[in-house]
Amino acid sequence: MNCGVSTDMKPRTLRRHFRESFKNLRRNGWMTFASVSAVTVTLMLTGIFLVIMLNLNKIGTDIENDVEVRVHVKLETTEAEKDQLKAQIENLPEVEGVEYSSKEQELQNLINDMGSDYTLFEQSNPLYDVFIVKTARPQDTPDAARKIEQFSQTEKAVYGEGKVENLFSFMKTARNIGMILVAGLLFTAMFLISNTIKITIFARRKEIEIMKLVGATNWFIRWPFLLEGLWIGLLGSIIPIAAIAVGYYYAEQEASERFASHFIDFIGYIPLIVPVTLLMLVIAVFIGIWGSFISVRRFLNV
Amino acid sequence: MIDMQGVTKKYPNGVTALSGVNVTIKQGEFVYIVGPSGAGKSTFIKLIYREEKPSSGTVMVGGINTASLKQRLVPALRRKVGVVFQDFKLLPLLNIYENVAFALEVIEEDPAVIRKRVMEVLDLVGLKHKARMLPTELSGGEQQRIAIARSIVNNPKVVIADEPTGNLDPDTSWDIMRLFETINERGTTIVMATHNKDIVNTIRRRVIAIENGRIVRDELRGEYGYEA
Repeated sequence: MNCGVSTDMKPRTLRRHFRESFKNLRRNGWMTFASVSAVTVTLMLTGIFLVIMLNLNKIGTDIENDVEVRVHVKLETTEAEKDQLKAQIENLPEVEGVEYSSKEQELQNLINDMGSDYTLFEQSNPLYDVFIVKTARPQDTPDAARKIEQFSQTEKAVYGEGKVENLFSFMKTARNIGMILVAGLLFTAMFLISNTIKITIFARRKEIEIMKLVGATNWFIRWPFLLEGLWIGLLGSIIPIAAIAVGYYYAEQEASERFASHFIDFIGYIPLIVPVTLLMLVIAVFIGIWGSFISVRRFLNV
Repeated sequence: MIDMQGVTKKYPNGVTALSGVNVTIKQGEFVYIVGPSGAGKSTFIKLIYREEKPSSGTVMVGGINTASLKQRLVPALRRKVGVVFQDFKLLPLLNIYENVAFALEVIEEDPAVIRKRVMEVLDLVGLKHKARMLPTELSGGEQQRIAIARSIVNNPKVVIADEPTGNLDPDTSWDIMRLFETINERGTTIVMATHNKDIVNTIRRRVIAIENGRIVRDELRGEYGYEA
């Protein structure tokens, strides 16, 4: 006698699970509403926080990327030696780009910045020819500067010593705190949602008990619940995704106008909204299914 | 059909519900399980549909040893055993048809077969005309008929009933008993735990009396033997 229970699912059964999951959402109307609301609230918080964090991170990175080494070239250096120095700098592994700026250009920049009083220096230019060096990773700037100082034609390599290190350590701390907050928020979201789903499933433990009595396999019982979790996650993500999509559109415009004079640049609308929306969808689907899975497991007592 | 040898059941809280039970129930028998409350009747019933495992001894149901049955294969056993309870255990949000069809859906039966079988058993229990109603719209007796319909819809070899008339008035109880007799006449084994003295003494069948976890009496065409 064949007493085995088939584990592969017939297409008809999969359709049944889908149908059943929709029916259950409707039958348990208020429970569905509670679960969807829990997803909505937590996803909204997570989403807003994510948008703020991403922008702060972008601004911080921009500031970091502005860090550069200004290499003052010794006055008596010949053109050939300058080319050689440039080549030496470019050969350093940390270095990404080198630009040359003659002392005449430097003076012109100074005059532009400080005013025409500085035209006096045109008679006897006290400035140096300069190589402006960018490193691939901003954190390597101090190292690169130290190495460049060793080269014979370098008078001095300046990079805002002290201030730059402070900026880097501040950014590092800020990023870590941000990551911890996001992780904490996501954990809270999952906890809240799995608890809400647990309550809704608790109300339906009789259903599970009866399914087991008539010989349903555990996966047969689980499937509709997992699909329900999926729908709850997706339904719960609609409002937060829409709100952030609309909200960021205006917030980005407003903030860009207000901060434009401070050289602060926010993440553009599309480059932010696309990944954030996808991420929120993934989170919503994951917590919906995961919440259902661990909740239904308790009543299957396997 | 059902064969218990040297069965003892101790619960984790230290209570010994059954000890040294030996009993054989043949295919097509109708057996009452009687005895005082807490004597072990429910445990006896639960061992048959593998809600509980014996602490020692063997419980064979339709050739399957429930004690060594893998968790994964418990559903296969459940599909051979129909179960009926005092509190009906119908799903309140499903209508009558859906409640009965449920038992066939979980075993992934063909939809056409489901429709045919469900209407057949609803006809057998006399409630075909109420197929679209919800359980709450039915009387207790009618709900129990639906629970019985569900228990037999997949043609199990045995139907287990734990106090099936416990919540019903006497007239309704007789109706339910007639239904069990009909099912038994079709060859299905019936094992019923009951407190109903009148029924046991009128519809005379095999009686197994359990007291303090032991079988104290096992008579063909027995009597209830306790004051109601």
